[in-house]
Amino acid sequence: MTRMKYRDALRAALAEEMERDEAVFCIGEGIGERGGSYKVTEGLLATFGPNRVMDTPLSEAGFVGVGVGAAIAGQRPVVEMLFIDFLMLAMDQVVNQAAKYRFMSGGEGRVPLVIRTQGGAGNSLAGQHSQSLEALFYHVPGLKVVMPSTPHDAKGLLKAAIRDDDPVIFIEHKLLYMTEGEVPDEPYVIPLGEAEIKRSGSDVTLVSWSHMVLKSLQAAEQLAAEGISAEVIDLRTLVPMDIETVLDSVRRTGHLVIAHEAVKRGGVGGDVAAMVAERAFDALRAPIVRVAGLNTVIPFNLALEKAMVPQVADIVAGVRSVLGRPAAAS
Amino acid sequence: MSEIGSQLLEQMYETAATIRRFEQRAIEQYRVGNIRGYLHPYLGEEAIAVGSIAAIEPDDYIVSTHRGHGHAIAKGHEPRRMMAELFGKETGYCHGRGGSMHVASRSVRNLGANGVVAGGLGIATGAALAIKQRGGSEIVVAFCSDGGSANGMWHESMNLAAIWDLPVIFVLENNQYAVSTPIRDSARVEHLSSRAAGYGMPGLTVDGNDAAVVYGAMLEPVRRARAGEGPTLVECMTFRHGGHHVNDPGLYLPADELARWKAHDPLIVLRERMTRSGVDDATVAQIDERVEQLLEEAVEFATASPDPSVAELLAEVGAN
Repeated sequence: MTRMKYRDALRAALAEEMERDEAVFCIGEGIGERGGSYKVTEGLLATFGPNRVMDTPLSEAGFVGVGVGAAIAGQRPVVEMLFIDFLMLAMDQVVNQAAKYRFMSGGEGRVPLVIRTQGGAGNSLAGQHSQSLEALFYHVPGLKVVMPSTPHDAKGLLKAAIRDDDPVIFIEHKLLYMTEGEVPDEPYVIPLGEAEIKRSGSDVTLVSWSHMVLKSLQAAEQLAAEGISAEVIDLRTLVPMDIETVLDSVRRTGHLVIAHEAVKRGGVGGDVAAMVAERAFDALRAPIVRVAGLNTVIPFNLALEKAMVPQVADIVAGVRSVLGRPAAAS
Repeated sequence: MSEIGSQLLEQMYETAATIRRFEQRAIEQYRVGNIRGYLHPYLGEEAIAVGSIAAIEPDDYIVSTHRGHGHAIAKGHEPRRMMAELFGKETGYCHGRGGSMHVASRSVRNLGANGVVAGGLGIATGAALAIKQRGGSEIVVAFCSDGGSANGMWHESMNLAAIWDLPVIFVLENNQYAVSTPIRDSARVEHLSSRAAGYGMPGLTVDGNDAAVVYGAMLEPVRRARAGEGPTLVECMTFRHGGHHVNDPGLYLPADELARWKAHDPLIVLRERMTRSGVDDATVAQIDERVEQLLEEAVEFATASPDPSVAELLAEVGAN
């Protein structure tokens, strides 16, 4: 095991896959000499050369389209989109081209494309650089959606995403790049579609993904001090989703809280809630609680920004409410 | 154009006639309800697909458009499996999952028609990048249109192809109408090819109704692309013989202009060239007869083919 940062784990995954398979290449804005805004691709240009680590002009639709075409023609492009907000400039390429190609070609075509991007609030970057937009991609058949929360998962899932024959939207969180964790020294791949129980518990199931997993674990720690045992499930991949792990847990705990940073309206949490209600309603001993972003634009001011996205205290409060235990006296 | 021999003219004529009859039979089958959805005929534009694809090799790629039957047939798709796809049948190129606007096949290196105008240009540019990365010698022909030239993807793709010296040729089919909007209301330049200069690539405008002219115009762009010298924009002037799609009567097309272009029909132009090259009428009649048979068989094949299985689709979806 080696302790490493999330961004370094991503870089290790890219380097290993590029080493393993000549068809893998990286393309995006300022990813070469500059190493990308979050330094994930730092040093890859020196190792793999300009043919496989390519800087692009600010042509988001264009270079995502190039990724789609290169993938169809047999390469395995990893496109870096600086902000998920900017991926909106390339939605036709993602939704109408990449997602549809395999199906519409009668199964003959393949689009082994990874779009690495990052989202989330926390750095006072205002409304066009802070969004959590996974629900948009989750909704579109033909796309896979991956949102790792730890360096270990980031590395193993990125490798799986690159090896996958379908387009994968791989969403990082800007607050995770500098977080650290243990990463195995031997090669490993984490299959897409396997959730992980990050903390076992018996009173309540707490489902989240990406950066919200870290907050959920902190909330679970606080709740433990109050004698509440929360099981924290990290979905890790939203498509395909390992709903079975969630259902198993809910059948044991009887309570479900879903925490995500994206706005609550139309959020993936609503779909998780619906699936649990459809398949494990009888196991629920209280209504499901969703702890999610408020239905508005992310504000610039840091204090306002914090108020828009769920904090640890909000998750703690959500768990207390689902268990019918209003705020403990402090 | 004296260097084009009668054999190539005959080949191009046979392909153009196949496209012509394919479209006419498809429209006929649409009218009797065997084909549904959208169908965008290539009638009147056949010379562009025929001339440009005659100038490339079987290993080269094409990316097509919503008006893509002509490109597909010229690239080697079998008319019967094309027709079956238009019918939505299991034997079609996409097993009835794509239809007219999404015909694609690896076997003939057609990366696909596209339901979004200019939507395929990124795919063309990306395929060209893939070739370059692998050190291959193939090239990509990206069909686009006057309507598409107003789209951001057209700009971004042309620019990316130019800065990376990619082996792609943008063949712009200027039929002068984006659905009903004339190009003079969409562009301030007389020739869309003049925009090529803005990307640092050569651009030219040619008679798109003369397959021999299109073929000749492609030779230098093909050489350039294969030599790693980068892309070219080839604008081919043409005119639809009807509306935007099969249910659009195209009443906005000025009658005199339409008549002028119909007199300059790609098949008439090719036949005139063949006559001048000494091809006799009997040879033309033989080709016409072969084409007639081919399309008759295509319609029979499509009609007799089974629908795709719903159970199979549901099994595929369940695997998601």
